[in-house]
Amino acid sequence: MKTVSSLLDKDWHERYRRISNLNIRSSIYDVTNRCNLRCKGCFFFSSGEHQAAVEEMDIKKWEDFIDREKERGVNLAILIGGEPTLCMERVEAFYKRLPTYCATNGLIKVPRDRFPDMMVGISLWGNSEDEKVLRGRDTFAVSSKNYEGDKYTYYLYTITPRQVGKIEPVIKRIADVGLKVHLQLLSNDEGVDGFSWREEELRDLRFEMDEMLDKYPRTVISCKYYHEVITTGKMMGRSFGWSECPSVTEALDNRQNRPRRLIHFARWASDLKTVHRCCTSATRDCSTCKDGAAHMSWVMVNKREHLKSTKDLQNWIEVYEMFAKLYHFIPW
Amino acid sequence: MPVSQDIKGIIRHVAEIIIDELKLEDVTADTFNSDMDLVDELGIDSMDLATIALVLQDEYDITIDEDDYPKLKTIRLISEYIEEKLATKN
Ligand code: SF4
Ligand code: SF4
Repeated sequence: MKTVSSLLDKDWHERYRRISNLNIRSSIYDVTNRCNLRCKGCFFFSSGEHQAAVEEMDIKKWEDFIDREKERGVNLAILIGGEPTLCMERVEAFYKRLPTYCATNGLIKVPRDRFPDMMVGISLWGNSEDEKVLRGRDTFAVSSKNYEGDKYTYYLYTITPRQVGKIEPVIKRIADVGLKVHLQLLSNDEGVDGFSWREEELRDLRFEMDEMLDKYPRTVISCKYYHEVITTGKMMGRSFGWSECPSVTEALDNRQNRPRRLIHFARWASDLKTVHRCCTSATRDCSTCKDGAAHMSWVMVNKREHLKSTKDLQNWIEVYEMFAKLYHFIPW
Repeated sequence: MPVSQDIKGIIRHVAEIIIDELKLEDVTADTFNSDMDLVDELGIDSMDLATIALVLQDEYDITIDEDDYPKLKTIRLISEYIEEKLATKN
């Protein structure tokens, strides 16, 4: 029988032990339907999710809801939107009750006196030119000033097909302001020109991502197995998609094959009653979905699959560590 | 109740269920080390535990509280937990 200690040496076993009991139970919350940007291809707006529910305005209802979520076993609140920082009171209601991660475009600074150690992930869509074309302005110019050197902040860089071969200057810019970066891929969006991946682009990107990790190990929070899985959509001979996705809201998960999934996961709309299908929009095509969190979780929930060899288990550990670092369950 | 309720019988049956549910190879209920840490050594996670707990609940007609999962680290600890539940039930 393959056991963890038969596959790992002392150091790796220690790393395994550090994460194996974390038992992270996350859920995602649309804090608001509003945003101070309109990015091309933003799923939230293009799929009409911003109109799916009427925003709850009563802060007391938010507080009661979060208490119920805590009782439900959630130990990581992932705040998205719209733009959560437009509603700091709601963000604070989460932060006071649960380990909280706030996804933001970085235009409004999360005040550190109110949120000393809240994890902040700033969305970034490329270099200044790309940002201007896709988001209407160079958000980095503002967000990097707001968060320069911040210990609890990193950039969440969404790579689009047109940026393949051009990501190093973006990483360097981030390193220069003393911040970190996690790389993710845009999912195909037929509605936007240049937003669909071709095989060879994905192949090239995988090697480019590996190269960036080797070159900027203190800046890039990632691992090569994640690069492999997200660019190929394959893990242990299986293909990612609807029948495998772990990040489906539990109450809406009627799949007969019962894949391994995130326990009690839900994505809540801002009325605190409606749930969305998954961490991205229900209009996405699962067969081309590149959602980073869903791919990471896919690896993480399939731990025993990775008990086949030392390399497989080490790969699994690196993905789990990456996730735990991104949400600050373990230090960078 | 078709399954044995003494601790030895419970340990054996829990081992059988885990082998069956996790499709473990190269191990039998007789060779399974009942003190092996299931998380640290066998790599089981809370979804595995939830599946195993469901089967145990049915087999022994007990309820296993999700909050108790962290305590259920070895076959022996699971078996003692079941024994305790059965004692309070009878
Ligand atoms: S900042 Fe985020 S929520 Fe706002 S439009 Fe852009 S992608 Fe959408
Ligand atoms: S779109 Fe992606 S995250 Fe959503 S259910 Fe499909 S595969 Fe999962």
